[in-house]
Amino acid sequence: MRSRGILGVSAQILAILLAIVYLVPIYMTVVTSLKAPGEISLVSAWELPSSINWAGYVVAWERFAPNLRNSFVLAIGATLISAIMGSLNGYVLSKYRFPGAKIVMPLIVFGMFIPYQSVLVPLFRFMQKTGLYGGLPGLILVHVVYGLPITTLLFRSFYHEIPNELLDASSIDGAGFFGIFRYLILPLSGPPFLVVCIWQFTQIWNEFLFAVTLTRPSSQPITVALANLAGGQAVSWNLPMAGSVLAALPTTIIYVLLGRYFVRGLLAGALKG
Amino acid sequence: MRSRREQLMAALTILPSIALLGIFVYGFIGNSIHMSTTDWGQEAAMSLTPNIQSVGMDNYRDLFTGFLNVRFRQDLVNMFFFTLLFVGLSLLIGLFLATLIDQLIWGETFFRTVFLYPMSLSMVVTGTIWRWILQPRGGINILPTLIGLPPGEFLWLSSRTQTLVFDWSHIFHYICLILLIAVAVSTYGQWRRRENKNLARKLVLCAVLMGIFLSGILTRIGLLNFPEAHGFNEALWGVVLAAVWQMSGYTMALYLAGLRTIPHELREAARVDGGSEFQIYRYVDLPLLKPITASAIVILGHIALKIFDLIFAIAGPDHYPTSMPAITMFLKTFRGNELAVGSAIGVILFLIVSLLIVPYLVVSFREE
Amino acid sequence: MKTLKWLKAATVCAALILTLGTIASAAIGGELEIFSWWAGDEGPALEALIELYESKYPEVTVINATVTGGSGVNAKAVLKTRMLGGDPPDAFQVHAGQELIGTWVVAQRMEDLTWLFEEEGWFEVFPDDLFDLLSTEEGIWSVPVNIHRSNVLYFIPENLERWGVEAPSTWDEFLEIAPKLMNQGVIPMSLGENWTATHLWESVALSELGPDKYGDLWNGELSWTSPEVVGVWELFGEILEYTNPDAPSLSWQQATDMIVEGQAAFNIMGDWASGYLSVTLNVQPVTGYGWAASPGTEGMFMALSDSFGLPVGSPNRDNTIAWLKTIGGLDGQDSFNPLKGSISARIDSDLTKYDLYLQSAASDYQTGQIVGSLAHGVVANERFMNDFATVMDIFLANKDARAAANAAHIVAIQSGMTK
Repeated sequence: MRSRGILGVSAQILAILLAIVYLVPIYMTVVTSLKAPGEISLVSAWELPSSINWAGYVVAWERFAPNLRNSFVLAIGATLISAIMGSLNGYVLSKYRFPGAKIVMPLIVFGMFIPYQSVLVPLFRFMQKTGLYGGLPGLILVHVVYGLPITTLLFRSFYHEIPNELLDASSIDGAGFFGIFRYLILPLSGPPFLVVCIWQFTQIWNEFLFAVTLTRPSSQPITVALANLAGGQAVSWNLPMAGSVLAALPTTIIYVLLGRYFVRGLLAGALKG
Repeated sequence: MRSRREQLMAALTILPSIALLGIFVYGFIGNSIHMSTTDWGQEAAMSLTPNIQSVGMDNYRDLFTGFLNVRFRQDLVNMFFFTLLFVGLSLLIGLFLATLIDQLIWGETFFRTVFLYPMSLSMVVTGTIWRWILQPRGGINILPTLIGLPPGEFLWLSSRTQTLVFDWSHIFHYICLILLIAVAVSTYGQWRRRENKNLARKLVLCAVLMGIFLSGILTRIGLLNFPEAHGFNEALWGVVLAAVWQMSGYTMALYLAGLRTIPHELREAARVDGGSEFQIYRYVDLPLLKPITASAIVILGHIALKIFDLIFAIAGPDHYPTSMPAITMFLKTFRGNELAVGSAIGVILFLIVSLLIVPYLVVSFREE
Repeated sequence: MKTLKWLKAATVCAALILTLGTIASAAIGGELEIFSWWAGDEGPALEALIELYESKYPEVTVINATVTGGSGVNAKAVLKTRMLGGDPPDAFQVHAGQELIGTWVVAQRMEDLTWLFEEEGWFEVFPDDLFDLLSTEEGIWSVPVNIHRSNVLYFIPENLERWGVEAPSTWDEFLEIAPKLMNQGVIPMSLGENWTATHLWESVALSELGPDKYGDLWNGELSWTSPEVVGVWELFGEILEYTNPDAPSLSWQQATDMIVEGQAAFNIMGDWASGYLSVTLNVQPVTGYGWAASPGTEGMFMALSDSFGLPVGSPNRDNTIAWLKTIGGLDGQDSFNPLKGSISARIDSDLTKYDLYLQSAASDYQTGQIVGSLAHGVVANERFMNDFATVMDIFLANKDARAAANAAHIVAIQSGMTK
């Protein structure tokens, strides 16, 4: 509903003011990250740096480069695996009937809402027994498993929209279970894959609890490294702020370039549950 | 109808996922429940082969009534108020932003991107940033000085002031009171709409709740044999602020999508009937957004109930005024070596979240 | 002739040492992961140690795994997940005393190091008192790197002069001058997050109880509900009236910053604050900052010691043993401690390498009566400490001395400290 009169103009002004408010934390982060440690004080927190000092980024990059690498390996690996599995599950659950199918879906989806504290102790005992504790493969497994509910849910709702007649036609043409998936479903899955991957990548990149309890320092992703740094004696705030910028950069780039798909993911997750 | 062979293939394809989720979700929750009834947390808890004995429900009893678990109980109170404020404000602000963007002349995409942007950040990043902005002698508090006013004094994260203080001994009576108010309001609404379905049953429920509440107040029989004050910690405002900043864009996106699905004809019809723009908003748009509000409450609610990383980053795990059950679970388990008690807290969290999620899932999947 | 003999003996010895060295280092190589909470301002000291280690054992790649957070609050949680996960680091920093024994030794996760102490002749170079902290009847469990003092009062003499006060030697004196400071808009005692309150509490307790009764508190002979202990809480409550309201959001460094910036008059902190003052803030002892024993604890030395042990299942056991030898050795201790702002745990260290504060601490260490710190895990096990933090927070909120004493009593029973 677009109104042109006074209402429209005042809405416009209000939106600009609110956008400034929403961007204030980003401003503070960037400004502080570019200051020299000596220039950072509580009183002058709002001022622009007198000269741009990259030291915070240099140090943050040195410290965080391995963690960023871990985060990339983790997020890309877990995203792809959980997306592929979710796609197969979605295909099965939307196009095939079998006993208990009705109850399976809510039971799967329930898994994405549970507080992970309620599985934490058995989880890392399991990781310990299987020898997966501490490294990235174990963490990838965990993110794949707990990512299955959302990926399955999203793919299932996408595949619901593919008419069954198309499948029946392929069946008659002699395509089997995987044949239909490979030659009919997959070619139609481009956008859903993008939506699911963006959503999963963001979630896994940003995750903290599993990362902090299941990895040794050499495998820790960026969120843990950042929390450890900022939770300690952060006297010179340029470092955690620069670290925050580095940690936020990948998801920011994805969000700015592919925001449309990000929104579709979050809408599908909330409205179709 | 597909062939039996294909049905089998389909079942085999989905089997690994079901097995994994069966173990990682239901198996592990079962194991946590089992562990929560043991005494794992004695001297040699950190042994690779700890000696574990069953103690029944002791850990739960101790969490709710034990003298030392006052922190956990305040955590529950914190969680309640945080959830209420965070969900409420996110809904209000999100709805406001969506309505605002719907009115814009230009720049819709830009503003939508700005308001939604914080959601793509990690809670750890949000926490780190806001920890800096909410410094008592800096950040927001010195904003007024930029225009010559005295600095703000509010201790966003470190205040120890408590308001709405109540005695934990009567927690069940207060819960009854809250339920009573909720049931009474819905009964009254039903009565006004002259729907008599279940009315008698609801009136009985009201009477029972009222009875429990009054008997508790009159007899003064409490859960504890000592008074224990809990209340709303003002330090939570800092956390709420950061969390709303992060998630209000989410509700905005939901509402905006909702507004866009409202058919034009509906508004046109209302306009023809002489409704003002505000009336159209109030009586056409808002009622149609109700299902979205319901979804948003569930999604935001479960995020609020299990909040962990934001608290960890914004105030640290050792900061009591903003502590939550998820944090205390972590500390009890990994620092106090009390793994059984930690499991019990995890199970309690699970039950609370289930109260919210299970009805939502039942309703959603029944509709299908 | 004699010289030749000596020379011969020396050559043989050298050869022997060399062969031994090669034999010893035959198994050395690969990686050594050192887990600690020494990052940021305490980082350089650890790096000096690592440098020394790397120069001695160049074939080992050292992984410096630090998890920041004052007094190791975050590090301990991470360490626990790793140990429970069956993935111990090669060596981890731990406070000598109950923090190590009550958690890891009773769980049989540590190796006895008595043989190492014998081999290295360390029974002669570490003071006897220290062995009480490091060992149980079953063995010796860790190698101390340093000794810190916890009961130190810090101030800036120049500022005190300006405000017209002197450093108090008793808490009564402090309570007398505190209102004077408040009137001038100065916070008498700066305080930081939760654990720094416990840190302040132990100094108050030592002053009120005296060293013997303070010790009785930990061996169960003095009840937590006794009038003396309630008195400690009452006095502690009075002192809290003179602390900064934003304490919970400050790290210990920020609390120290307050006295340097002239916002607060005094701060009680462990003597790692000396290192922070002189190395990070470039405020030098005597000329810049002043110190004294915390009020009422003159002649007492509240000690804590950082140490490293040998976890069962350490992935690179030989590298770890070499690390323990390095940190226990004279050059290790004397390269680490001047930077860390602590004194050497050895009695034969070269005091000229230490600054004025540390020289005074070393002499107090030799003459004073030594007691163990609560806030830093010497006298109480981790379960007690975790729950005591809750007791402390209840007290910070309601200032009820009697309730706090009762709660601490229950904590002591539940954690097995009082039978």
